[in-house]
Amino acid sequence: MPRRTDVLRAAIGIGIYAAAFGAAFGAISVASGLSTTKTMVLSLVMFSGASQFAFVGVVATGGSPFAAIGPALLLGVRNALYGVPVSEILQPTGWMRLLTAQLVVDETTAMATGQTTARARTYAFWATGLVLFALWQLGSLSGALLGSAIDPAAFGLDAAAPAVFLALLWPRLNAPARRWVAVLGAAVAVALIPVVPAGLPVVAAATVAVVAGMLPGRLGDRTRRTDAT
Amino acid sequence: MSLLWVAVITASLGCYLLKLAGISLPKSALNQPTVQRVADFLPLAMLAALVAVQLVDGGGYYAIDWPILAGVGAALVVLLLRGSFLTVFLTAIAVTALLRLVF
Repeated sequence: MPRRTDVLRAAIGIGIYAAAFGAAFGAISVASGLSTTKTMVLSLVMFSGASQFAFVGVVATGGSPFAAIGPALLLGVRNALYGVPVSEILQPTGWMRLLTAQLVVDETTAMATGQTTARARTYAFWATGLVLFALWQLGSLSGALLGSAIDPAAFGLDAAAPAVFLALLWPRLNAPARRWVAVLGAAVAVALIPVVPAGLPVVAAATVAVVAGMLPGRLGDRTRRTDAT
Repeated sequence: MSLLWVAVITASLGCYLLKLAGISLPKSALNQPTVQRVADFLPLAMLAALVAVQLVDGGGYYAIDWPILAGVGAALVVLLLRGSFLTVFLTAIAVTALLRLVF
């Protein structure tokens, strides 16, 4: 069945990319003050790139570690929305539901919904999910061990987090409404830096998304879902 | 258990529960235009805020670390040239490290 080979090849491509991305995460995480164990708990249990980077990024800015919870959760909300197409494809029940849930992320959803038959969708979800999960862990661990062995500032690793956020943001800025939300979110956060404790400016930026999402008509209609990180 | 451990576990379980809620809740709860739009906008506002804060936050006051700003500026150029994620990442850290070494 040639289609399976194609899907598997694509899944491995995503996995290799994830290993590099995971290594970057591991290195930044230990540079932000998290131990290798904490880094791996994030990769194993949180298992969502943007949320993990946000968590360690806020921890790095100092202040209470609890301030890092909000941004991580807010970035995880989109995974809940991916649950709609994924549960239609897989219809998981019982303990399979618990296992399936962990693999519902950008890449698995995009790969599964991109197939034309029910069997191909199921195969694409599991192939991508399992390869991605394994290589994400491998990458995170390598990055964390490497990051622990070097001086992060000398290697410019403190520039990596904002660069990663920019790289994750970039492909999403594909409609005027989306660009406005990004600009206003950044403006709200920057304005609040001297006023509220570390971490809260980023959480406050979420109000821009909520308000813009609830506005009727034009703003919302112009957007299209095209997530692929 | 340190506060950081509590935060790591809370945030990790929270993110997992969001995924579990997504495949468990009835479709009608999530398939609403407003919910979809807010969920679509959230990463934009959060990621843009994270970029901005990382660049200008000196710990409750405004401060700019020039090597970092230059590194992220170089990363932006790579993005404009449609570079891969790895190129973006390596450019940012290389430019920042180089500037620190020179100045």
